[in-house]
Parts: sequence; structure tokens; C-alpha cells
Amino acid sequence: MEGDLAHIGAGLAAIGSGAAAIGVGTVAGNYLAGALRNPSAAASQTATLFIGLAFAEALGIFAFLVSLLLMFAV
Amino acid sequence: MAGEASEEGGLVFHPLDQFIVKPLFGDGAISFYTLTNVTLWLAIAVLAAALVFVWGTSGRKIVPGRLQSVAESIYGFVYKMVEDVCGKDGIKYFPYIMTLFLFILFANYLALLPMSYSPTSMIAITAVLGFGVFIVVTVLGFVLNGPSFLGMFWMKDAPAVLRPIIAVIEVISYFVRPVSHSIRLAGNVMAGHAVIKVFAGFAALTLVSPVAILGITAIYGLEVLVAGIQAYVFTILTCVYLKDALHPHH
Repeated sequence: MEGDLAHIGAGLAAIGSGAAAIGVGTVAGNYLAGALRNPSAAASQTATLFIGLAFAEALGIFAFLVSLLLMFAV
Repeated sequence: MAGEASEEGGLVFHPLDQFIVKPLFGDGAISFYTLTNVTLWLAIAVLAAALVFVWGTSGRKIVPGRLQSVAESIYGFVYKMVEDVCGKDGIKYFPYIMTLFLFILFANYLALLPMSYSPTSMIAITAVLGFGVFIVVTVLGFVLNGPSFLGMFWMKDAPAVLRPIIAVIEVISYFVRPVSHSIRLAGNVMAGHAVIKVFAGFAALTLVSPVAILGITAIYGLEVLVAGIQAYVFTILTCVYLKDALHPHH
């Protein structure tokens, strides 16, 4: 079957989504740990939280895109 | 296409078919003036945003009704965000940021209707938004600060040996900004919609269909969240980039 290697590559690229999950978890977990220690400062840092989440998540999305490209465009 | 291989045993997976651009009338070639499902949903998003704000605030009641309080709280939310991130002198650019936020928010939420098309899942559309922000911010930086805008790339706090290396990295990361800015939005929306369609494909199997339908419901709830968060993230990153142009030395 043609395109077998591309499928393997797509699966390998999908590992990147898991790596992004680690990143997102680290950001959110550290925010929560900090917020529980000092709840009064938590509200002022939500914007930073979302920026951090977005940066971490974007790399997972890149991995997903590479996987899609390998599945449907190569 | 590698998608044909999975059509065995009643399972039909075409998670990406929902992103095909089709002409509304007939099926001729698509050129830049053809009315397609993309232009239809772009127009609906723009009209809906205009409707909520023009019609919603037309009464100007002291005690706002439902639509007026929605419009007022969105306005207040974005205004506060611009003020918090960019400072007082960023307020001048509030209309631009408000427009971006409203367009992305309405396009994202309308895309969650069944059978709709999601304009923000097209990289062509989000790239226009992302590169638009990039060009605006870069031009604004040079107009407001002159050549000293380039000082943004030269970290004075870093050790002298590291400064050229950091400058190269900073320049690269500056030029990657519009790419990640636009792909983040398109990728998130596209990934979410594709996941819903994959679960919908599993719903064709009688054995797992209850689980699949529960899964669709859960993912749909997540997508409602993601639609709002991605509009917020796109806007707040625009504010952050704008802050760099207004105050490059902080």
C-alpha cells in the first residue's frame, strides 16, 4: 500500500500533541499552585496564564498540522 | 488522498470534508468573486456582530436589557484588556482590537452550529488577520519610536557576549510571531471540529454509539470553551504585540 511511511510519520508527529499536553499541564498546574498560595494575586495573572497556555498549545497544534499534512497532503 | 482506506465495516471517516470550499450556486470553478460557503459564513459572522451591537445598544437604556448587557459586557471586557496590557496610550487602538475580537468570537461561535462552515479554520483567513496585526504593529513601532524600535532586539541587561546571539533569536522569534499567531487560531478550530467528526464516525457503529454520542457532547462543550478562549488569546496576543510597539524598551 502506498503512503505507509507517511502514515507512520503522521503517528510519530502525533506524539507532539502529547508533549504539548505536558506543557499545558505544567503551565496550568504551576498557576494553580501559585494561586492557592496567594489567591489575592491570582486574578491579576489570568491573562499571563492564557498567554502561556496559548504558547504551549500552539506547538501541539503544529504537531497536529504536520500529522494532517502527512495523512492528506503528501 | 489516503482517506479512502478506512471505509470498511460501516465506519466512514471524513473528518476534513467539512472544510471543503464549495460554491453556493452551481459547481463551477472558484475565483475570488465566487460566492462560497466561506463567504456566506463570513458575512453571517459580520452581520451577527453588527446586529448585536447596533440593535442591542440602540435603546440606550439606563438599565440594560439582555442584548444590551451582552454588548456592554463584551465592550467592557475588551476595553479593560487593552487598558491593562497596553496602558493608557493603547486605548487609541481599541477599535481595531475590538473588531478583531468580535469577528473571531462570532465566527468561532457560529461555526459551532451544525452544518455550518467555520471561516476561522481556514489558514488563509487567519493569516490575513495575523499578518495584518504583524504589519500594523511593525509599522506603528517604527512610526512611533523611529529606528530605536530596533533596540527591542538588543537586550541591554544580558551579558555582552550573549547579546548578539540573543538578538538573532529575538529577530527570528519576531518574524515567527504572525505565523504562530494565525496557525494557533486556525489549528485549534480545525482540530476541534475534526475531532467532533471523528467521534461522529464512531457513532455509526451500534455497539459504541452511546459512548460516541456522549463523547461528541463532551467535545462540543470543550469546543464552546475553546471558541471563546481562542478569540481571547488572539486578542490578548495582539495587545501584547501592540505593547511592544508602544513601549519597546520594557
